Amino acid sequence: MDWDIVIGIETHVQLKTKTKQFSGASTSFGNEPNSQGCLVSLAYPGVLPVLNQEAVNCAIKFGLSIDAIINRKSIFARKNYFYPDLPKGYQISQFELPIVGEGKLSILIDNHTKDVRILRAHLEEDAGKSSHGLSHGKSGIDLNRAGTPLLEIVTEPDMSSAEEAVAYAKKLHDLVQWIGICDGNMQEGNFRCDVNVSVKKKGSDVLGTRREIKNLNSFKYIKQAIDYEVNWQIETIEDGGLIEQSTILFNPDTGETKAMRSKEEANDYRYFPDPDLLPLIVTEEDMLTIKDSLPELPSEMQSRFVKDLGLSMYDASEITSNKDVADYFIGMINEGASAKLSVNWIIVNLFSRLNDEEMSILDSPVTFEKLADLILKIEDQTISNNAAKKVFEVLWKNPEESVEGLIEKMGLKQISDSSEVEGLVDQVLESNANMIDEFKSGKEKAFNALVGQVMKASKGKANPSQVNEILKKKLSN
Amino acid sequence: MLNLSLKQLSQNLNDKTFSSHELTEFFLSRIKKYNKQLNAFITIDESSSLSMAKMADDKISKGEHKPLTGIPIAQKDIFCAEGWRTTCGSKMLENFIAPYNATVIQNFNDIDAVNLGKTNMDEFAMGSSNETSYFGSVKNPWNLDCVPGGSSGGSASAVAARLAPAATGTDTGGSIRQPASLCGFTGLKPTYGLVSRYGMIAFASSLDQAGPMAPSAEDCAMLLNTMASHDHKDSTSIDHKKEDYTTNLNHPIQGLKIGIPKEFFGDGLNASVQKIIEEALDKYKKLGAELVDISLPNSDLAIPVYYVIAPAEASSNLSRYDGVRYGYRTKEYDDLMDMYFKTRQEGFGEEVKRRVLIGTYVLSAGYYDAYYLKAQKIRRLISNDFKQAFKKCDVIMGPSAPSVAFGSGEKKEDPLAMYLQDIYTISTNLAGLPAMSIPAGLSSNLPVGLQLIGNYFEEGRLLNIAHQFQLSSDWHLKIPEGIS
Repeated sequence: MDWDIVIGIETHVQLKTKTKQFSGASTSFGNEPNSQGCLVSLAYPGVLPVLNQEAVNCAIKFGLSIDAIINRKSIFARKNYFYPDLPKGYQISQFELPIVGEGKLSILIDNHTKDVRILRAHLEEDAGKSSHGLSHGKSGIDLNRAGTPLLEIVTEPDMSSAEEAVAYAKKLHDLVQWIGICDGNMQEGNFRCDVNVSVKKKGSDVLGTRREIKNLNSFKYIKQAIDYEVNWQIETIEDGGLIEQSTILFNPDTGETKAMRSKEEANDYRYFPDPDLLPLIVTEEDMLTIKDSLPELPSEMQSRFVKDLGLSMYDASEITSNKDVADYFIGMINEGASAKLSVNWIIVNLFSRLNDEEMSILDSPVTFEKLADLILKIEDQTISNNAAKKVFEVLWKNPEESVEGLIEKMGLKQISDSSEVEGLVDQVLESNANMIDEFKSGKEKAFNALVGQVMKASKGKANPSQVNEILKKKLSN
Repeated sequence: MLNLSLKQLSQNLNDKTFSSHELTEFFLSRIKKYNKQLNAFITIDESSSLSMAKMADDKISKGEHKPLTGIPIAQKDIFCAEGWRTTCGSKMLENFIAPYNATVIQNFNDIDAVNLGKTNMDEFAMGSSNETSYFGSVKNPWNLDCVPGGSSGGSASAVAARLAPAATGTDTGGSIRQPASLCGFTGLKPTYGLVSRYGMIAFASSLDQAGPMAPSAEDCAMLLNTMASHDHKDSTSIDHKKEDYTTNLNHPIQGLKIGIPKEFFGDGLNASVQKIIEEALDKYKKLGAELVDISLPNSDLAIPVYYVIAPAEASSNLSRYDGVRYGYRTKEYDDLMDMYFKTRQEGFGEEVKRRVLIGTYVLSAGYYDAYYLKAQKIRRLISNDFKQAFKKCDVIMGPSAPSVAFGSGEKKEDPLAMYLQDIYTISTNLAGLPAMSIPAGLSSNLPVGLQLIGNYFEEGRLLNIAHQFQLSSDWHLKIPEGIS
């Protein structure tokens, strides 16, 4: 039997604010456990929450960037449950009226764009961290993270494969960094996905029962977890079993998912509006100010690049996947480098080098100015593409060198003087009479071999298209 | 020193007739003498109080005297005061030393008032008789067999017996006004948001409001001047223009329209209390006021609505007392759940547990709409009743409590009877309106309080109306026999 896969994602995005959601305590990561408490994050008797406006601005920025409704009035609610890393015994979140309403995010999948509908995004505070098994029978609580601002972004169940889910997660991950509301560090847990998965008979209108995979903090895990879960659900149903609504965890070591708690065991969170906080009102003026502060969005930039620079959808999407990449690219074309060549060099040569060294483009030893210089040298035929690759490699290790200087030093300057190329061609033809015969008898391969010989004789410095042209002319005589 | 008003005490301190140190010692010695009987204070810290007095005297000698500088004030043990044990009347916080100051405490510290000690109260302010305190019940100085009212019963007993010239209280459903009524002095619950709730241990956040408790309206005006402040640490604190509440005390009240809600004079109001209230209203007529019949049609819903909303908020507010970070933790436990259960079972008293249970229930899935949401809707209707009423009158008057102080233990086993104590006070908390109780007479030698309810931010007007009454009466100056 054929099955449809239905996926919805809830993402917890940690907002890049200096202080916590409802207090002045610092949000920095990796400090001594419990060194970032303040009376509010430790929930001392009598303390009260005060909303961090910076976090509100982040939420509005996000809403505007996905074309969403910004609710002019939203309400903070208390989500009540007991756990030692939740100091107040409730989490302040938004329930009935979130700050961001319906919007959408487009993903590119197999060269087609697909809209993933965003149902809502709401502000909330994070809990602290529990570490179990630190010493026998004891658990440790670190409340540094307690109260850190989060934006929880919830999609409709619009994705129908692990690939789409990953494409969405990547796109969202890129976007929140692009608009500067999240540092995107997934290892530190600053971008975590809860993925809801269900399967249904192909074409059926009736949704299957979903299971929610909690807290996936890498794209690889998202893919693995969904693949495993989908197979498990299909096998279970085909074996005559029933899927039970539940919360599950993915184990990266085994690649398996495992139920954490079922619906029956789920908490009754007893949500109610937090009487300590007034309704959050967003004015027209706030909206306009924030709108003005938004950078050009990747989707806007992507269409601009397709329209104005003639890039393909794929190239435009790749080059706008990340703000730093886009900035690097824009820097290059501002230096006069061709858009198409710049894209190729960034997404092929630069990316593979960056990947090898696990580096971000911001740390690239080859600056956008240098790479633009290099491309200009290809464009004006000073060097060949292959020679440029050699220069790039040396430049990577010696970033202080200039492109011009390296070409000179490495003797890679292309021979573009046609009489010089002609001389070389003549030389090769003289000593390879047999190849000429082969060519004339119809063996096309012999032509390529002759080109190769000329290039060799020029030590790679001859302009290949020029060699082609002259050789063709000579042979047709 | 015993019978002086705050204004007179302030004058004497400034004139150096006596020092803050002497004044503080005077009241500390009264506390030593009477607290065993009354149990009005949970914590006394003589050396802290006296060193604050010393600082106040230094300020006064430097000519930096402000109206309440050097005056000892008893603080309800619901306010966090840095370095002071702050228990909220609960075993849960029996050994909790507050690491910071509530804004109310800070405001008093800023003008060098003296913290005279922390007063007893119903546990987490839940009660109307001060019998739910972990630290024992408080006695009414007018009759030691009677309750002082609650939850600010310790402050009430202390002010009535003049163990302190003034005190702070908090009022969630009547916890300033009902004890003021039962103990015979003046108490004011301000407009919700006028006094910061920061550092005031939360019971029901949307209803809690701190206010002054002292013999006279003039005293209360001076206290409110210090207590009221816009506070960025409390998001529900209102940015209201700073007022001097003593300015208009002497305005004449000719032509004042007093609304008399018929619902406050029905069944359940003790006949002799009613008589005293009617006499007080007659006195207002003589002072030039006019009585207008009004109706607050949803009054009978105030108690049921309150007992949904307040426990709902409390159940959540009290979740933080889990034994993890501070406060009481049970001695022996098997695992986390066991620790939670035992800690909260042993750390909270009966009334607190009852309200946490009610609150948890009304917020539960499937009951939320029927209880919490419905209660919120009725709450708006109650506010609207007042809005309509204030179209016809300037102030609303009636009894503060349905009876005089009742016997200790009398209603302890009957929570519903106890809840009816707040029948006239609760609706103003639900609406967020300011209200006062002022002494109006004695019935069988027990005080009766007249309640005054004003429109939003009309504290100045209320204090003026109360002060005019007190200029021509002396009920507020009466001190119970055997205590002077």
